[in-house]
Amino acid sequence: MSLKHEISFRLNGKPATLSVAAHNSTLELLREKLRLTGTKHGCGEGECGACTILVDGISVNACLMFAVDCDGREVTTIEGLRAEKGLSELQKAFVEEGAVQCGFCTPGMIAQATHLRNTCPGMNREEIRRGIEGNLCRCTGYKKIVDAISSSLEKRDS
Amino acid sequence: MTGLIGKRVPKLDAPKKTTGETRYLQDIELPGMLHGKILRSDRVHARIVRIDTDEAKALPGVHAVITAKDTPGVPLGHGKDNTPLKGDKVRCIRDEIAAVAAESEEIAEEALRLIRVEYEDLPAIFSPADALKEGAPVIHGKHPDNIPFRFDYAHGDVDAGKEESDIVIEDTFTLHFVTHCCMGVSGVIADFDSSGNLTLHSLTQIPFLFKKDISPVIGVPPGKIRVIQPVIGGGFGSKLDIYPFEPICVFLARAAKRPVRIVFTREEEFVASPTRQPVELTLASGVKKDGTLTFRDVRTLHDNGGYTSWGATTPFVIMQTISSLYRVPHCRYHTTVVYTNNPYSGSFRGYGNLQATFAVESHMDRLAEAVGMDPLAFRLHNAQEPGETTLQGMNFDTCGLRECLETASAKSGFLEKRRAYRSKQAGPVRRGIGIASLLHVGGGAKIYRTDGCGTILKLDDFGHATVMTGSTDIGQGSETVIAQFVAEELGIPISAINVVNNDSEITPWDVGVHASRTTFIAGNSALRAAKKAKDKLLAAAAKKADLSADGLDLRDGHVVDAATGKPIVELGKLIRSLHFTQRSDIVMTTEYYEPPSVMQDREFKGNVSASYAFGTQVVELEVDTETGIVRILKVTAAHDVGRVINQLGIEGQVEGGVVMGIGYATTEHLVVEEGVVKNPSFRDYKLVTAPETPEIDSTFIETIDPEGPAGAKGIGEAPAICISAAIVNAIHNATGVRFTELPLTPERVLRRLKEERE
Repeated sequence: MSLKHEISFRLNGKPATLSVAAHNSTLELLREKLRLTGTKHGCGEGECGACTILVDGISVNACLMFAVDCDGREVTTIEGLRAEKGLSELQKAFVEEGAVQCGFCTPGMIAQATHLRNTCPGMNREEIRRGIEGNLCRCTGYKKIVDAISSSLEKRDS
Repeated sequence: MTGLIGKRVPKLDAPKKTTGETRYLQDIELPGMLHGKILRSDRVHARIVRIDTDEAKALPGVHAVITAKDTPGVPLGHGKDNTPLKGDKVRCIRDEIAAVAAESEEIAEEALRLIRVEYEDLPAIFSPADALKEGAPVIHGKHPDNIPFRFDYAHGDVDAGKEESDIVIEDTFTLHFVTHCCMGVSGVIADFDSSGNLTLHSLTQIPFLFKKDISPVIGVPPGKIRVIQPVIGGGFGSKLDIYPFEPICVFLARAAKRPVRIVFTREEEFVASPTRQPVELTLASGVKKDGTLTFRDVRTLHDNGGYTSWGATTPFVIMQTISSLYRVPHCRYHTTVVYTNNPYSGSFRGYGNLQATFAVESHMDRLAEAVGMDPLAFRLHNAQEPGETTLQGMNFDTCGLRECLETASAKSGFLEKRRAYRSKQAGPVRRGIGIASLLHVGGGAKIYRTDGCGTILKLDDFGHATVMTGSTDIGQGSETVIAQFVAEELGIPISAINVVNNDSEITPWDVGVHASRTTFIAGNSALRAAKKAKDKLLAAAAKKADLSADGLDLRDGHVVDAATGKPIVELGKLIRSLHFTQRSDIVMTTEYYEPPSVMQDREFKGNVSASYAFGTQVVELEVDTETGIVRILKVTAAHDVGRVINQLGIEGQVEGGVVMGIGYATTEHLVVEEGVVKNPSFRDYKLVTAPETPEIDSTFIETIDPEGPAGAKGIGEAPAICISAAIVNAIHNATGVRFTELPLTPERVLRRLKEERE
């Protein structure tokens, strides 16, 4: 019988209290327990970035973080990154610049790009490319993802 | 006309993909669904003595444990030399021995650990050359020589070609194992109802052939199988065959009487999903002093692995490039496909053409040098003109090869830079520039008696269209392209179109998403269905208004006067008036588009595609001669695409293909040692990451194909095909050293550079 821990945290702006097993990852908590399936499981080893989420505003691979470590944190998943009405400026840019093909890496890319926009708003293309180094995409060749992040920098969500 | 063709049209599925709403297979959980897991062999070649599943069966939460003896053992896959579960012996590391369905993945994994398998190891073979040796272990009793296939092709007289040649060169090229690395791993859900109807939530790229092929394996009539394709997290050819996990999932669902989902782990994806066909290719080429090609003579050895999937048939495509990329008067091609105890290959974007083009375009540079011509002039001298039929029987009705060569060279400054980089460069980092071209099918490939696709088009009371297409979107954007064609034809906005492309109960037949065929074939099908609907609407409007249909058109959701643009009737109103009457009718049309291509004859000759795609890529790079690191700086691509339909989508295909090709050439290598995959993780299998990507400059040469929808050709595979050759040609320009083996890892490059210096 695995040990359970009670944790309290804010998830996409709302308070959450629940109990998790000590060995559960945050990715398991999100996808399996809470059924927030927007965050993707790509490798489970922190190598592909498909499960990127924001914890206290910083991007994290949810597969590498224990669920118990969400305790007391502000956790934001792709489900919490939409604008009040419809898509955020970043999401719109991904659509308009053609940054989405199969889309499996997209939620993680959007989370990582959100982190980059917040922490380095003046970044150039080279810095954007460096900033998404940990997020693998097999379809696009990354160029249009960089285009999207770059073009979104001038726009702020109202 | 809404003016959508050639524009930057955002993909219709993109908004939901950016919000995480899109449901992939991994996100679907049916009520009562169990989790399936497969026990795989940890031996490469062994007799199975005993399988003990008692403990696994007794584990609480386990609903079914199956082995080969619980299944009919009907062979599956392209070669029909594989079975879902292996009962007598295993032939490669991924082999399926037993499977479990349990209430959670953890319980299923725990159950696998409780299954005991006793093996008796057999002598194994890891290289195709060893498999051909006298007395080599036999992998399949049906093929005591270990040779399941041979392919022979010839035109002209190679011996005469050799006689005509002033220069003959020969090299052996060695191409490695790589794998698709779809970001969404393989998986399937099998769901029976109490009447025995089976719904498969499958990621297959061939929903209709899948139904037919899986039916005998699982003992369910095709009419009782429904294939629903959830959104697919990448395909690239990996889902073109039936693989054992699919029938296994059905057997588990049948045994457990519950829906079962199997989703691979990433490690499993590396070990047990298909690979690109590894090839050892010996190419002899000849040329006259004036730069005219005389012959190509090719022998290849293909490592088929333990079983036969589509990888074995890559010679069909390899021989096209050998015979018909540039004018080749005499050609001979032979492939021996041999069983080994290595993993087995499937289809993968480019389908043998990356391997063939690597060899052919490396040789084009060597031959040019041998006759003292620059690589561009030499290629132009041998390039075909539009209207030529190659000696393998391919009709190049349109052919933009020359324009691709000239455009990519001019835009990249190829000739000037090549000259400049050739002169001695100071410092350890050397620049180089290289060129290569490609030929690939661009109008489907008739490998079955039909290469067609069906469409059902339905217009509702409000002028909205539902397009039910047999074609499959694997992320490349065919859904959007199909909607563009229909919107354009019916004069309605793209937002008024819904494409249904994922349910075999609804959509009409299609071969599948492969051979770069979907825009061409499914696009033509949708376009023709829309034309029929337009004809019907215009005829109805003409009758009502007592006008001639010839003078009418559809624009902005209205029937209009074609000459003046004056609206005559709103589309929804017209449609409603057709069925709210005594002699009622609806606007629904069907089309089955069959391209005017033919199956190849017994000699592999014939016009197998309705159109052919060409392209040239120029690569500029740096080689660090102290570390062996090759840094790709810029790729200038020019592709003959017939006509651009969606500028945004086609750029995405080129950029993605180029980077995938760079991965093949420089970073990716599925390391297989004694049959065992040694690097089954993204940590050790190196995909190209964003900082390593070059600047990519794409130009589209519009040759307006007469058969293509709005003039378009297929483009999906082409961008990945010739870049590895352009890279080795550029490295030669930078260092004077020629590579014939991939990938060009720093270790390999540094070792060769050192050898050359010493």
